Amino acid sequence: MGVKKTDIVLLDDKGIRCDGRKIDEPRNIMIKAGVLKNANGSAYIEFGENKILAGVFGPRDVHPKHLANTDRGILRCRYHMEPFSVSERKNPAPSRREIEISKVIKEALEPAVMLENFPRTVVDVYIEVLQADGGSRCAALDAAAVALADAGIPMRDMVSACAAGKVADTIVLDINNEEDQEGQADMPVAYMPNLEKVTLLQLDGVLTPAEYKKCIETAINGCKIVYEIQKKALKDKFFGDMPQ
Amino acid sequence: MDDIKRKYVIPGDVITTGPYRAEENVNLVGDKIIATTVGISEIYDSGVRVIPLTGMYVPRIDDFIIGIVKSHTSLSWELDMRSCYPGILPAQDVFGRDFNPKVDELTSRLKKGDLVAARIANFDRSRDPLITIGDRDLGKIEEGELVKISPSKVPRLIGKRGSMIQTIENATKALITIGQNGYIVVSCEEPEGLLKALDAIRMIDEQAHVPNLTEKIQEMLGSNSE
Repeated sequence: MGVKKTDIVLLDDKGIRCDGRKIDEPRNIMIKAGVLKNANGSAYIEFGENKILAGVFGPRDVHPKHLANTDRGILRCRYHMEPFSVSERKNPAPSRREIEISKVIKEALEPAVMLENFPRTVVDVYIEVLQADGGSRCAALDAAAVALADAGIPMRDMVSACAAGKVADTIVLDINNEEDQEGQADMPVAYMPNLEKVTLLQLDGVLTPAEYKKCIETAINGCKIVYEIQKKALKDKFFGDMPQ
Repeated sequence: MDDIKRKYVIPGDVITTGPYRAEENVNLVGDKIIATTVGISEIYDSGVRVIPLTGMYVPRIDDFIIGIVKSHTSLSWELDMRSCYPGILPAQDVFGRDFNPKVDELTSRLKKGDLVAARIANFDRSRDPLITIGDRDLGKIEEGELVKISPSKVPRLIGKRGSMIQTIENATKALITIGQNGYIVVSCEEPEGLLKALDAIRMIDEQAHVPNLTEKIQEMLGSNSE
């Protein structure tokens, strides 16, 4: 990695990051379940500056029919960024990046969704990024998992996602946009908290084996924090006024 | 049997560990019984299950359902029954044994949008559910207002031994046909009674989890009639 010219202090002497967080502190996260009337399930997430909506339809008939699987259902995901989601207008047509993220989100959700219960059907997950910041794929996954649960689709476990990374030679939790651009490594992780299984692990950057281990542990801790917020979102929607 | 433990769960929540039988909407992983859907878990002597609070209707043989005609082929109708699969109603079931696709026009009996009271005759997930109207009280529904509620709230609408539905019918003089799939048809000669019955059904859909709902409904129906 070459030397980068930047004025941003990613981590100061006191261990405070450029946005004022500690190294193991995630950004502010807010999730609301069931925000859309017309989708079977939906969720809205604010993850730092990310603002993302997820809508789920299905299980329903597969079109085109030839995609249907006779022994299990299929999962389709569309991750889409609005033209106004980034500072410079984005072309609304799917970009290479969006196609890739759609694929990794689908593959991260697949182990959790019990598609074998619905042969010959499809579950569609539509994700709209209204405002983008660093870590939008993790935030999108968190919203999609809540939307799937809201739709009543059987799941083995929730999927919670959070990134960790390396900034100023330190492993930090939940990389933001500046840290993503200027930092040394970014590792998004999706995790099933009760089954303790990782469903997504990507790494952009270089880490030593010890750093790699610490990075995964940090990200998984982040996932556990996100899981509690996902749980609260669903409980607020379904059991909000129920006596416990 | 009376000692049922209930808990609110979301997918992934461990309901219990131990030698219980895993029943509906739960998954057995090792010795843990895990919920697979948002709902209320119940632990009783024989097993563990989750009553879902959301989700689609899953057809079961012999269920009474209300379907909406979506389309037809030369041999059968396709019905929307709020499931992930369309219900198939064979033409022979409606026309009888002497059905001849060359002569008989399917639209003469059922058109798109018609409501049908039917029963699930066969379903095994490998094919679309087969439904039948060959029984007493089944067939085309000629009149009434269609209401949709969540399929998981149908038992609450019926109530213990039909207490809830009787309360509404007696107070409003409406005739209410309830499909297990959450489609409900309400017919009433008096428009006021119809509106009251519709309100009561919507209230049950929204507040199915609230205790003493029958009394609340009675109160609502009583206060409206004043």
